[in-house]
Amino acid sequence: MIKTVGVLIALVALASCQTYVDTTSPPTLTVFAAASLQPTFDRIAGQAHVDARFNYAGTQTLTVQLTDGAQGDVFASADTTHMTTVQNAGLIAGTPQVFAHNRLEIAVAKGNPKVIHSLADLARNGLVVVLADPSVPAGKYAQQALAKAGVTVKPASLELQVTAVLNKVALGEADAGIVYVSDVSTSAKVDGIAIPDNQNVVADYPIAALKNAQHKGTADAFIRFVLSPDGQSILKAAGFEPA
Amino acid sequence: MSQARVPAPLMALAGLGLLLFLLPLAGLVVRAPWGQVGQELLAPETATALGLSIFCSVTATAIALVLGIPLALVLSRTTGTLRSVLRALTTLPMVLPPVVGGVALLLAFGRRGLVGAPLYQLFGVQIPFTTTAAVIAETFVAMPFLVIAVEGGLRALDQRYEETARALGASSWKVFARVTLPLLRPAIFSGAVLCWARALGEFGATITFAGNLPGRTQTVPLAVYIALESKPEGAIALSLVLLAVSLAILIGLRDRWLGAP
Repeated sequence: MIKTVGVLIALVALASCQTYVDTTSPPTLTVFAAASLQPTFDRIAGQAHVDARFNYAGTQTLTVQLTDGAQGDVFASADTTHMTTVQNAGLIAGTPQVFAHNRLEIAVAKGNPKVIHSLADLARNGLVVVLADPSVPAGKYAQQALAKAGVTVKPASLELQVTAVLNKVALGEADAGIVYVSDVSTSAKVDGIAIPDNQNVVADYPIAALKNAQHKGTADAFIRFVLSPDGQSILKAAGFEPA
Repeated sequence: MSQARVPAPLMALAGLGLLLFLLPLAGLVVRAPWGQVGQELLAPETATALGLSIFCSVTATAIALVLGIPLALVLSRTTGTLRSVLRALTTLPMVLPPVVGGVALLLAFGRRGLVGAPLYQLFGVQIPFTTTAAVIAETFVAMPFLVIAVEGGLRALDQRYEETARALGASSWKVFARVTLPLLRPAIFSGAVLCWARALGEFGATITFAGNLPGRTQTVPLAVYIALESKPEGAIALSLVLLAVSLAILIGLRDRWLGAP
């Protein structure tokens, strides 16, 4: 008797979880998006009138989640390498499309108190420089840019996503960090120092619907909007370069 | 005397609970690249991360012992509202999401933080991104486990021993050192073990406050997170190593110190 009650309680508890999830999901789109897309994709979803739930994280984290079986509708990556990994795992429907480009910039505190003008300045002694880990797209790009500039930097930390690099600079804990142009333009707390084209790296952002998407129609509509002139102008306003 | 039997429904629930712990472990064990574990253990990055993890968690536990036992003593001797407030404050890090704890630590000890700003301006000391920061983060998150355990032990203590010692003329320090502390040994031990285990697994506050740099702040949990993408097999192997080290120490110490209860 008591056993049945116990099992019943457990079942009711589980069932109520289920209902809770169900009530919140009239076609809610689940979008796995690179951390650097954070404020911009919120705006795009608002404009597109899509009720979207975003899973923002470093692209490398999203890739692991997806290849380990996470359920989602759309994947927007900060590089083509990780998109290819997910595609090779047989998880992508159709062909990924590049919807934006991004470049790197040096983020510094407002007013640039440490007088940083170039990548070479980042090698200066006593400067706290934070980068993204090389497993993160932004970290890999930063390494490429530093190599092109012939600069060796001793970072204080290798952050797990580019937004964490930005935050460390915004909080004043780091003197400089290498982030995307779009990160600087969407943050009110940092200034950006441009990196010349011959040292810079262009990041390609591909997007695709996932094969096991539960809302295929909405997923395609969302991707179409991202690629439409309206979507592209939102991306442009946020500092991305249109596809 | 026959042993008290656990009612069948409770057994069933206990089984379910155990399953919740065991299934993820089984997942790790099944997916583990067994041939690679040894190789992984010998990799210099692994040794560095493991060494740092052990150093930070042991240091954090030592600090927690020095600060936490007196704190528990004060908690157990105060009453009323003051105690409720003190207790709530002490247990706050347990309910705070670790990442939030990390942000709070930055706001206190960062270069623009309450204490960090004067430290930086007067002495040029920067705490974030250092091993010290990793130790502080672990202590912050793990010390409550020790305090709660020791306070529980103090309240279960038969106060007549202390009273007798005092009546025989022992100073309050002597009573603490010779009577209270020895009686508290089991509580201190289990609190320290919990505290150490929590410190060893710490991730959120560490990454936020101390950052991630191999050899300086990259403990095993951070190394596992990074490896998960680039070499998932290595990440699983590394997790197993951490698991095995923890288990070995927990089982070994428990038997030695408490005579296997």
